[in-house]
Amino acid sequence: MHFGLSETQQAIKNSARQFLAAECPMPQVRRLMETETAFDTALWSKFAEQGWTGIIFPEKYDGFGLGMVEMAAALEEMGRALVPGPFISTVLLAGTLLDHAGNEEQKRKYLSAICRGEARSTLALLEQSASWDLDAVQLEGKGLPKGGSLPDGGYQLNGEKLFVSDAGIADFLLVAARIEGELAVLIVPGNAPGLEKMATPGMDLTRRLYRVSFTNVVASPESLLGRGERARQALEAALEVSCLGLVAEMVGGLQSLVDLTVAYAKTRKQFGRPIGTFQAVQHQCADMLALLEGSRSALYYAAWTLSENDPAARTAISVAKAYASEAYRDAGNKSIQVQGGMGFTWENDAHLYYRRAKASEIAFGDATYHRERIAQSLIDRQPSKREASLAAD
Amino acid sequence: MDLNLNPQETKFRDELRAWLQSNVPDDWERHRLSDSMEDRFQFLCAWQKRVYEAGWAGVAWPKEYGGRGASLMEQVIFTQEMAAAGAPPMANILGLALIGPTIVAFGTEAQKKRYLANILSGEEIWCQGFSEPNAGSDLAGLRTEALLDGDHFVVNGQKVWNSYGWAADWCALVTRSDPASQKHKGLTYLLVDMKSPGVEVRPLRQLTGESEFTELFFRDVRVPAENVLGAVGDGWNVALGTLAHERATLGVSAQIAMRRQLDRLVELSREMCRNGHRASEDPLVRQKLAQSYVENEVLRLNQMRAVSKIIQTGAPGPEGSILKIGWSEANQRFQATAQEILGPYAQLTEGSDLAIDNGAWSYSYLRARGNTIEAGTSEIQRNIIGQHVLGLPKSY
Ligand SMILES: Cc1cc2nc3c(=O)[nH]c(=O)nc-3n(C[C@H](O)[C@H](O)[C@H](O)COP(=O)(O)OP(=O)(O)OC[C@H]3O[C@@H](n4cnc5c(N)ncnc54)[C@H](O)[C@@H]3O)c2cc1C
Repeated sequence: MHFGLSETQQAIKNSARQFLAAECPMPQVRRLMETETAFDTALWSKFAEQGWTGIIFPEKYDGFGLGMVEMAAALEEMGRALVPGPFISTVLLAGTLLDHAGNEEQKRKYLSAICRGEARSTLALLEQSASWDLDAVQLEGKGLPKGGSLPDGGYQLNGEKLFVSDAGIADFLLVAARIEGELAVLIVPGNAPGLEKMATPGMDLTRRLYRVSFTNVVASPESLLGRGERARQALEAALEVSCLGLVAEMVGGLQSLVDLTVAYAKTRKQFGRPIGTFQAVQHQCADMLALLEGSRSALYYAAWTLSENDPAARTAISVAKAYASEAYRDAGNKSIQVQGGMGFTWENDAHLYYRRAKASEIAFGDATYHRERIAQSLIDRQPSKREASLAAD
Repeated sequence: MDLNLNPQETKFRDELRAWLQSNVPDDWERHRLSDSMEDRFQFLCAWQKRVYEAGWAGVAWPKEYGGRGASLMEQVIFTQEMAAAGAPPMANILGLALIGPTIVAFGTEAQKKRYLANILSGEEIWCQGFSEPNAGSDLAGLRTEALLDGDHFVVNGQKVWNSYGWAADWCALVTRSDPASQKHKGLTYLLVDMKSPGVEVRPLRQLTGESEFTELFFRDVRVPAENVLGAVGDGWNVALGTLAHERATLGVSAQIAMRRQLDRLVELSREMCRNGHRASEDPLVRQKLAQSYVENEVLRLNQMRAVSKIIQTGAPGPEGSILKIGWSEANQRFQATAQEILGPYAQLTEGSDLAIDNGAWSYSYLRARGNTIEAGTSEIQRNIIGQHVLGLPKSY
């Protein structure tokens, strides 16, 4: 038993750090942040060369075939560098969905394109209810009548999706819909007629959210990725993998906050000495470190359980997300507090992490959402001896 | 990253499980809830003896001194399995967790032979004589003096807040052997027989009402020079070894105890009513129970990570302070949560017929208050993290 990265896993992490320090330093992040899509094709191609865009997918589809722990290690570094753009939406959300529910042809066409770094994608899931619960999906997919002017057996989509990350640069979208009352996932080209994408600017400047409306959007019969239980399972898997990847990014972001705050506390002088001499400052830094290390322990445990298909993974991911959601936000507060007026300036990097922390806290369910999921396994699934005996009477 | 047990670990676990199945006393819960502190201690001594005789005590301690000679990971498995089986804890907690490992690290061959097996069997109970009325956080300010007189040290002074002082046969005592010295220099770590003439143990009633800790008075107590642990004058270094173990290991049993209480709280919440439905169906209660679970998991996982790190580096480091803050503060939050969920009944104490679990909850609420003080206060732990882990400048 060993709780920590193996040498290979550590090597992946180290090389990711070096690579990002060279290819995506803060000035690059700030440059992309000012663009419309926060996306850079050249950078994405380099990610593909590193194998990142196919990191967890089978080699058969041009993936890299690595596990969840390796993925988490790489994502930790991306979060540390605050890498902008559609990595989670394309690779983790769309990629995992295709990997789980796609047929051979769909995988060859779409998953391979993602792995090779040729396509960007995302999942359109949330609607007006802003709920991560799959039962909340309402966007209507109507089966098209045979013999009409539209393709036989296709679907027509009507409705609206909100908080769709990176939709603006998606070559195709995976859309969660309801067909005859049943949950379904369809692949819709980014330029499909009737599809409209409007940016909804949010706090996180490094990632774009969109409102995507569907007006009589036609999807071919081949575009159906899955329906019913198959769709549900694939969506759940994609959300879990993405949530894990997001927590990894959050841990990396926490690490950055600790590093930049401690560095500041060592150099900034007031009352003739470094502010890091004051315990009120030291203790905030100490608390930040504890938040970071707690998040990191929860992250790698969750990654490991998921890689082992351990039934504990579901709860482990919720533990990690619930903890890291609050930890990242808290650490952001402390970081800015310790840096004083300087910390409140646009030019200081702390707010970029603070903003990312807020968006990350919300994505894939906040702490409250995940605590309820934990409560379901902690409270609802283990009747007490007394209850069991009452039930037997 | 590999949390699967290797074949050796699996074998160890399976054997231990089989042993626990037929040996864990089924009346521990009754003793825990209704015995006096002293009777409970006797019960735990008997249990520890049984564990020792079956060869399970001191899993990671060297074989030649009565241990099992297994890995630290197997020690962790041992703790986890004991908890899972609902086994009572060991009686000689300070000997096992703090002082034994310090003797393993600093002791002479003769000392290891003399003390370690008796710590494991529980035949000799240990207490820790570090704090003094004027030297708590600033331990290096201690004044209890030990002056060499021939082949003995003569000890005079007072220690305070010594847990299990009333049960102890031996005391790990940090003294000032060079009266001219200041601070960290001139200290000597002595192993003192509590039956020596001149040792007086006074119960010290603590906030919970019982006297789990004591005051120790030393008047011309003669301690053989062979009972120095480490070198004369190097007591600070040896004491730091004990403190590192204290920070790193006490949390394991605290986390497990908290988890057991959490499971019980979940059970109680199913049976209790709140706002016309079961408490366990109340969204706020569910949030709080789940948050306690999250914090407990984070403690467990931090500890597992720390053990892996100790296996790699050989000794617990200053990161232990993160664990210490973690378990002590998490337990205080958990006890507050439990009080809130259980409502007015939870305040009732032992002996009250309406008390839940015979007052265990009011006791644990009060006892938890000491957690952020004992084994180094939260403030001191944060100083250690700031100054020794993050490298911030010293504040004192
Ligand atoms: C339940 C319990 C069991 C114990 N068991 C033992 C035992 O078995 N053996 C033993 O030797 N001792 C034991 N102790 C004593 C314990 O180690 C001390 O109480 C502790 O180290 C604090 O010392 P103090 O009480 O003198 O408080 P002080 O050091 O006087 O501290 C008072 C307050 O000032 C703060 N403070 C002090 N110095 C600083 C600083 N530099 N920076 C910031 N804040 C500071 C502290 O954090 C605290 O809040 C036990 C205590 C308790 C509560």
